[in-house]
Amino acid sequence: MPIIRVEHLSKKFGTVTAIDDVSIEVEEGTIFGFLGPNGAGKSTTINILCTLLSPTSGRAMIAGYDCIKDSSMVRKAIGIVFQDPTLDKELTAYENMMLHAYLYNVKRSEIKSRINDALKFVDLYERRKDVVKKFSGGMKRRLEVARGLIHRPRILFLDEPTLGLDPQSRANLWDFITDLPKKHNVTVFMTTHYMDEAEVCDRISIIDSGSIIATGTPDELKKTVGGDVIYIKTADNKKAKSEIEKIFDVDVSEKNDELFLTTLKGDSCIPEIIKAIGEQVLSVRLQRPTLNDVFIKMTGKQIRDEEISSTDTFKDEMRAYRRRFDRG
Amino acid sequence: MIEANAVYVLVLRELIKFFRAKSRLVTTLARPVIWLFLIGGGMSRLVSPGMGVDYMQFIFPGILGMTILFSSIFSAISIIWDKEFGLMKGILVAPVSRFSIVIGKALSGTIVSTIQAFIILLLFPFLGIKLSLLSILYVIFICLLLSFAISTLGIVIATFYESFESFSVIMNFIVMPMFFLSGAMYPVNKLPAILKVISQINPLTYGVDALKHAMLKGSDLIDFSVATDIAVLIACSVAFTIIAGVIFERKK
Repeated sequence: MPIIRVEHLSKKFGTVTAIDDVSIEVEEGTIFGFLGPNGAGKSTTINILCTLLSPTSGRAMIAGYDCIKDSSMVRKAIGIVFQDPTLDKELTAYENMMLHAYLYNVKRSEIKSRINDALKFVDLYERRKDVVKKFSGGMKRRLEVARGLIHRPRILFLDEPTLGLDPQSRANLWDFITDLPKKHNVTVFMTTHYMDEAEVCDRISIIDSGSIIATGTPDELKKTVGGDVIYIKTADNKKAKSEIEKIFDVDVSEKNDELFLTTLKGDSCIPEIIKAIGEQVLSVRLQRPTLNDVFIKMTGKQIRDEEISSTDTFKDEMRAYRRRFDRG
Repeated sequence: MIEANAVYVLVLRELIKFFRAKSRLVTTLARPVIWLFLIGGGMSRLVSPGMGVDYMQFIFPGILGMTILFSSIFSAISIIWDKEFGLMKGILVAPVSRFSIVIGKALSGTIVSTIQAFIILLLFPFLGIKLSLLSILYVIFICLLLSFAISTLGIVIATFYESFESFSVIMNFIVMPMFFLSGAMYPVNKLPAILKVISQINPLTYGVDALKHAMLKGSDLIDFSVATDIAVLIACSVAFTIIAGVIFERKK
């Protein structure tokens, strides 16, 4: 039985339809990616699954509980890392963890060891007594992931987990997100707009304008935009072209002094080509379709970074505003 | 249902932050002290409340009320900041009842406000006010009760606002009128009829009045009985807690 089951979910805000007839199934112990441009309905869907919003119609079940009727059972089963930080910056890393441990009713005798284990897992144990204000973006995000795991949830929601992080922090974060299902026995439901990062997902759904337009494994989705392209440079392109065409029964074209051909199985095709005409080959490269290509084909547009981070500067201004008030 | 763990940790969070930001404590205590000595000191040359009560002595209960009013409202409307910065979202997805969140927030405001009011209370010997130990305990009890009522009122107000652009609206249209029409600066029974009615629906009035019972013993500057004061404060606390809990529970 899938651990997350969303059936024909719709949500209207007044006359605006945020999501329309969305259905999703996520199997236990997998990483599920929910992709789509800003305003497509990702956050609305997550908010319904997290019991913060009720849908206009349809049903959402998590770990066998109904998100509307059994919201407190659902809340116990899930951990969430929201897109905007929800840490208390005036408190230390340890205190932030403690706040959540108590809210989730973790046994008092276990709180300390669980917090310390979680902090070690995200490599923040040495900094546990520092106030969060002093943390970098990557450290804050890691702390939030640790906090989301403190009550041992069965499902962890990650809304744009790597937004605003530098490449190194992103790589670090991905390393332990991919470890989560095995090490912590949780199912991961995440949204991202970095298409290359969605490669780690076991399954992906793409949402646009409130409707799901494609679902499948990353490989399945990539196949829908055509296959891999193999580029070959040889000493004698004409001779190689006719030989490859004869042996493999495919069309080979030539561009910029390079031969190229399209195939569904690029990785296994290359050794065969080398075997056949190996001594003539100077270089080979393989270009696979990316999820970005899938996205462009499905939606006719590209996800742009600047669309998504626009709220950050607004929040920064507000923070400055708030500080002035606090001192007044 | 109320989860003790959740209430405990919400109060703990507020206390940690309160004691960590010592400079903020100094600025919040500066306001009542300035009102007491600058307004009180100046006005006492002009106004004589009668019956041997000095104007500074007369406004002292009101100044305690002011300390509680500002501190409790600020503490409660920090919920608006929490909403703005997402902290509240993190709390709302936890498996705790909305009443626990309201109670936790209200008790945080109550404790922080009472600590501040107690610090201001320590000025009483300098104003020529005599308080027995029993009276001091009574004052602390009233401060706790009043702080809880105002904190829950603040939470009700906070549920209506999503961003802190509303801050000056709350200050100018709710907090300042509540202060001026609470009998803090002038006796309620001497107000014009309309203002008198407004004063009588202001919970702060009853808190200030209850404090006057301890500090202006036997003078005719007291408007209600202690029983009325305490009953109104308890009724307000219960009503505001329920209203806040119900509004919090409602999903969009």
